[in-house]
Amino acid sequence: MIEIEQLSKRYGATVAVDNLTFTVHPGTVTGFLGPNGAGKSTTLRMILGLNTPTEGSVIVDGMPFAGRPRGLRHVGALLDAQDVHGGRSARAHLQALARSNRIPLGRVDEVLAEVGLGKAAGRRIGGYSLGMKQRLGIAGALLGDPPVLLFDEPLNGLDPEGVLWVRGLFRRLAQEGRTVFVSSHMMAEMEHTADRLVVIGQGRLIADESLADFSARNAVTGVSVRTPELDALTPVLNAEGGQVRREGADPDAGLVTGLPADRIGELALRHGLVLHELATRTSSLESAFMALTADSVEYLAGAAR
Amino acid sequence: MTTTTLSPARPATRPAAEPAPRFTDLLAAEWIKLRSLRSTYLVLALAVLAAIAINLNAVHTDLTYIDQPHPQLPGFPPYKYDPLYHGLNSISGALMALAAGSFGAITVFGEYTTGMIRTTFAAVPDRRGVIVAKVTLVTGITLAAGTIVSVTSFFGSNAMLASRHVGLSITDDGCLRAVVAYAVLVPVCALIGMALGALVRHATASIVSLVMLLFIVPMLFGGDRYRWLKEIGNHLPLAAEGRLAVNPNSYTTMGKYAPTLLDCWITLGVWAVVATVAAVVVVRRRDV
Repeated sequence: MIEIEQLSKRYGATVAVDNLTFTVHPGTVTGFLGPNGAGKSTTLRMILGLNTPTEGSVIVDGMPFAGRPRGLRHVGALLDAQDVHGGRSARAHLQALARSNRIPLGRVDEVLAEVGLGKAAGRRIGGYSLGMKQRLGIAGALLGDPPVLLFDEPLNGLDPEGVLWVRGLFRRLAQEGRTVFVSSHMMAEMEHTADRLVVIGQGRLIADESLADFSARNAVTGVSVRTPELDALTPVLNAEGGQVRREGADPDAGLVTGLPADRIGELALRHGLVLHELATRTSSLESAFMALTADSVEYLAGAAR
Repeated sequence: MTTTTLSPARPATRPAAEPAPRFTDLLAAEWIKLRSLRSTYLVLALAVLAAIAINLNAVHTDLTYIDQPHPQLPGFPPYKYDPLYHGLNSISGALMALAAGSFGAITVFGEYTTGMIRTTFAAVPDRRGVIVAKVTLVTGITLAAGTIVSVTSFFGSNAMLASRHVGLSITDDGCLRAVVAYAVLVPVCALIGMALGALVRHATASIVSLVMLLFIVPMLFGGDRYRWLKEIGNHLPLAAEGRLAVNPNSYTTMGKYAPTLLDCWITLGVWAVVATVAAVVVVRRRDV
């Protein structure tokens, strides 16, 4: 369990993390979402005691992580797959980590096999692809068989097989009762991985709820309608409790909310109105996430959104 | 969407019975790290070979020179060969100082520039333990390297000189002191390198600042004109070692304001302690 209490981190005038409070529970995969620069990595570093909070506290399984003499048996972390020395072999890298925590060296080959790096273990990490480095980072996180696991953007650079494997792994780790906290800037990644979501933007908490609640609350559904008689159809639908909104430049297109597609079709038939298109639309969680964090995107690309 | 229903939070798996943390584990881990980076220890190993070769070659070349007649020059003392000055060459000394300083710096900035430091501290939150283990290991290795160079050079050169009856024994006045100082300078410079690596955390800048401190700064504090300038210069690492390695039975002059031997030993010790403390303090305090 990770308990974050009124956590803030400021670098001079820049506020990286602003008064965050949330708890990450065991037995679930919790997604940690936010656009680039939202403060995800800073928060993860503060959980690990790598960065000192300006204010607030982080308690991991009862005490601040920095207070433990050795860490691998308590928290396994993959912060950045590049946080390794490229000159070493994967095996030597993990052996040094294992040795420092008094973990039997036999465990190194176990985790290397588990992440699929058994054959590449003797090669320099510098020659690894990003996906292989992610696997190595995951191997390092698993070394101490810890009850809490942190992963910062673990899916970057993984091939489709790797993505599936990682999702299965996270699910298994959570089912074993562990606390699994996974950051991402892509909602689509979390949609298929997380049970709960913590969403932040510009260092502030935006949402902290189950994925089901999040999608029920945020995924906007509607029915898109295209008819040359939109002006006639609108009062008919309004009378039945539907709302019609014009869609884009096409004068014939509208988005109806509050009525299902079949009911709209029946009403149109009864009033003799021609329909060219009638389709139920479910906006993706990705767009819900985008809408939610739109106000807090730090690095907005030049093009209009 | 593949959301599985929220499983009720099961009791978190307890960490497997955790063995007590030991400093020797950190030392062993640092040893694995060092051993697995060939370029790092190769710097030191090559410097050791080069330093010994320079010292022995210098004395070997001198053998023919010693055999020449040395007519008495009016106003000068009679010719006398100084095996300490030639056999524990200052060029080799500087080479070892630079190699050890770089070696120390690499072991620290190498972790910062690669980002490895975050992985290291996530595995071992006890930062002081990590840096003290690093300091211990680097000190041990560089002391061994310095001792190999010093002892091999002293005995090798004096064995060659024995045939000319100018060789010295380790029991002769000032010899043991010179051999020890020549060896001890190496770990002192390694510690200075570690401190600079920890302070600067950048590869090129660490090495440049090391070269500045060891070789450029002494140039600013020479001469016998101003006592305070000279006193600062006397308390730099290479100067202190140089004073300790002087053969008391030679014509080498110390100039004005020469420091005492005890002063020089204390100087080397203070550099080592200050460098270690600086490295530990900055590594513990800073965000990584």
